[in-house]
Amino acid sequence: MAQLSSSLLYIAFFIYFTATILFVVSLTVKEKDGTKSNKWGKWGYILSIIGFICQLGYFITRWIAAGHAPVSNLFEFTTFFGMMMVFGFIIIYAIYRLNVLGVFAMPVALLVIAYASMFPREIEPLIPALQSNWLKIHVTTAALGEGILAISFVAGLIYLVATIDQSKGSKKTGWLEFVLYTLLSTLGFILVSIGFGTANYQASFEWVNESGNQAELVYHMPAIAGPHDGVQLTEGTFGPLFEAPAWMEGVDAPKKLNTFIWALFSGLILYLLLRLSLRKRLGAALKPLMKNINTQLVDEISYRSIAIGFPVFTLGALIFAMIWAQAAWTRFWGWDPKEVWALITFLFYAAYLHLRLARDWHGEKSAWLCVLGFVIIMFNLIAVNIVIVGLHSYA
Amino acid sequence: MDKVKCDCGHLNPYGTIICEACGKPIQEESPEKLLNMRYEGTARRSQTYNTNVVDKIWNFFSSVKVGVWLIVITLIASAIGTIFPQQMYIPPTANPAAYYEKEYGMLGEIYYILGFHNLYSSWWFVLLLGLIGVSITVASIDRGVPLFRSLRNQRVAKHDNFLKKQRMFAVSKRPEDEEQFMEEILFRLKEKRYRVRREDNSILAEKGRFSRWGPYVNHVGLIIFLLGSMLRIVPGLYLDEDMWIREGETKAIKGTDQEYYLKHDKFTFEVYDKKEERFSEALNRVQQPVPKNYQSDVTLYKADEKLPGAKPDLSEVKDYSIQVNKPLEFDGYSLYQVDYRQEMRYMHFELQNAETEEAVGSFSVDLLNPKDDFDLGDGNRVELEGYYPDFYFDKETKKPATKTNIPNNPAFIFKMFTPETPEGEVAFIGIRQNLDPSGDNQYKVAFNGIDTEFITGLTVKKDYTLPIILIGGIIFMIGVVQGLYWNHRRVWVKVKEEDVWMAAHTNKNWHGIRRELDDITVKLNMKQLVDQQEESKKA
Repeated sequence: MAQLSSSLLYIAFFIYFTATILFVVSLTVKEKDGTKSNKWGKWGYILSIIGFICQLGYFITRWIAAGHAPVSNLFEFTTFFGMMMVFGFIIIYAIYRLNVLGVFAMPVALLVIAYASMFPREIEPLIPALQSNWLKIHVTTAALGEGILAISFVAGLIYLVATIDQSKGSKKTGWLEFVLYTLLSTLGFILVSIGFGTANYQASFEWVNESGNQAELVYHMPAIAGPHDGVQLTEGTFGPLFEAPAWMEGVDAPKKLNTFIWALFSGLILYLLLRLSLRKRLGAALKPLMKNINTQLVDEISYRSIAIGFPVFTLGALIFAMIWAQAAWTRFWGWDPKEVWALITFLFYAAYLHLRLARDWHGEKSAWLCVLGFVIIMFNLIAVNIVIVGLHSYA
Repeated sequence: MDKVKCDCGHLNPYGTIICEACGKPIQEESPEKLLNMRYEGTARRSQTYNTNVVDKIWNFFSSVKVGVWLIVITLIASAIGTIFPQQMYIPPTANPAAYYEKEYGMLGEIYYILGFHNLYSSWWFVLLLGLIGVSITVASIDRGVPLFRSLRNQRVAKHDNFLKKQRMFAVSKRPEDEEQFMEEILFRLKEKRYRVRREDNSILAEKGRFSRWGPYVNHVGLIIFLLGSMLRIVPGLYLDEDMWIREGETKAIKGTDQEYYLKHDKFTFEVYDKKEERFSEALNRVQQPVPKNYQSDVTLYKADEKLPGAKPDLSEVKDYSIQVNKPLEFDGYSLYQVDYRQEMRYMHFELQNAETEEAVGSFSVDLLNPKDDFDLGDGNRVELEGYYPDFYFDKETKKPATKTNIPNNPAFIFKMFTPETPEGEVAFIGIRQNLDPSGDNQYKVAFNGIDTEFITGLTVKKDYTLPIILIGGIIFMIGVVQGLYWNHRRVWVKVKEEDVWMAAHTNKNWHGIRRELDDITVKLNMKQLVDQQEESKKA
């Protein structure tokens, strides 16, 4: 069952990938009679749904294999979040039928799912705090909310690519390049992880770990940043070029810092390669694709997905979370970092809705906020689990 | 202030921008501009008065800009609170002043000095939440009340300028058969689930008006939520106590005023078995044991009416297994499984011949309540001369001493008597220590096993504010869904002498209303409504 489950995930991943290509084609191809074709987009959409069903199959079979809802560690949650992004896309596409949405939504979902698979993928047992029906209720609702909110990021990004003036460089084009670079870094991280993973690269250090014990730290990527006062145990391996600062005290902090550097570095290489081969800013290269896009509609989609996602997020990530916390931790609210960042996400989108509905923040300002909102969601998913230690650190 | 009388005869409150009844613009900004339909152009207190202090305070809090700033400041403050752990999450024994500097260096020290280690209970953070509460209340009253008045008073027939200055507007040819046209358009609007009203040659079609109350409903929910969480300070509404109970022990439950007693029958701690196939891969990777269950089997008793000072008569209420996520609930109280300890309870010893190690008798010491002497029969006997439950050697007095009363590291001084050694011999026994002070003892006390015992850590909670907070949350959700998942749409149709005017307004989701009305205008062969705001942008 576990085997079937992971096969289904691979299949879903492949189908999503194909759907992305179809969506890209749908933007570039014109029918013979001169009208914009819908056929490619329609097939992209159908494939997205089929991929979603496959991933649902992964989810159900893994649930059967594990005996509990597969949303209990970083791999499972992040995968599910990617799936909910696809679901959010399916809903929003059903309302607005905009192909360009697929061109960005599907790759972002692909990145999220690929990123998820960089975490340990074994089926883990549930610790007592997680043994509750609220696990499935709280986590799935929260992820669904975040998935729909992520579509607003996608729409916001499309809006920015389509409208920002690329005739000369500016602060805006700079930030847009930065957002695209961040996406490339995620891709870079995945490629580098797969690469060194396939080569079975290992370098180990002896160091004093975060709890003050002598321990061995095994790197699976060449050490750019080595552990503080670490002694290299493997011979003939690269680096380290410098030592991680001593104040980084998370679990295996130097290794995570090293991975982070690799992600930034590989992202930079990907970015430079693209930039050199295209001979212009990535934003400028993407802009022609967006020629015939109704930006007003894109703006509306970015708002609408927040309008739909915000209540779902609030219900799942705050209200259900509080009900569960009351049962598991004796209090509904305890200012745990994950809780606080869910509150921050809530406050951010609340501010967005006020600005949009009462102060007419439309268009570009609104689009930048949509991008920022996604940054907060991803921060809560990645940094709070990995960097800031708290009750939610299940991985 | 005087009311403003509109040409249509309706008396509007002072400060009204658009007549509540006929929609004629009273204070026109410029003839070309579209009407600002926000809050229906009602007279809001904050937009009308600004002379005295009360006005200024009211206007400050009713501003959305101020509200958003409060939200953003709270957001940033909350984020700062997560940079380093809050005091409640650092080890309870650590001294915070030293801890933050030691763990996080200078930044940690600054964090501590600024009071960020207790950020969420600081006066200024609580004040921020309070200000948000005030802002929500004032802004809602300022807008909600006049909006309600206005929407209740609206008439079917609107002033020409009202229609013309709507964002969506079009003029179509006058139909030949007016009556038939009216019938048909009413039918089409009803088909789209509009509630329609007709007065002579004017139509008002409306749907989803209740979604306009969404923001006010959700704000009411938020205020109930905030008030509910403040209620905790009222005595008697909130209780939070920790208690430790040994296996076999019966204790009065803290905070119940000796009304309820709890017996801890048995504690269970389980870890996952590595042989369990589906988890074996993960369990082998993490190597440490993964906990599976913490469980206290308990019996709850209620004390009957008792005389002061007398021992209470206990009657059993129920048996229950308290687990994480499964608190024991009774009479408004909840008992949670939060912690456990394992302590040494009985130590078993043997009295042996020092040379042959032949046992002459055995005895057990209750580490919490040790007896003074142990008769081993046949004239053999051991006296407990000294007991140090948490032993250390005091260098100043040069004597053994104990740190606490908890048997973490028990040590004993025994005096051994046998028929051969009637004077008695002294031995010092500790964990992995067996000292013979005189050096020529004929007998010794040997360690012969240990019994441990679980002590469960429970939290007693009573929180009568929870229902209020939950109701606040539910009202908030209803309000948010009501406001965001529905839209308030209105369509006005006016058949004039020459032509037919049609205008439409929605509080949001213009794409949706455009699609809906395009469908109608196509079917009725009318002019498509034009988004005048987009048109003016393009021009």
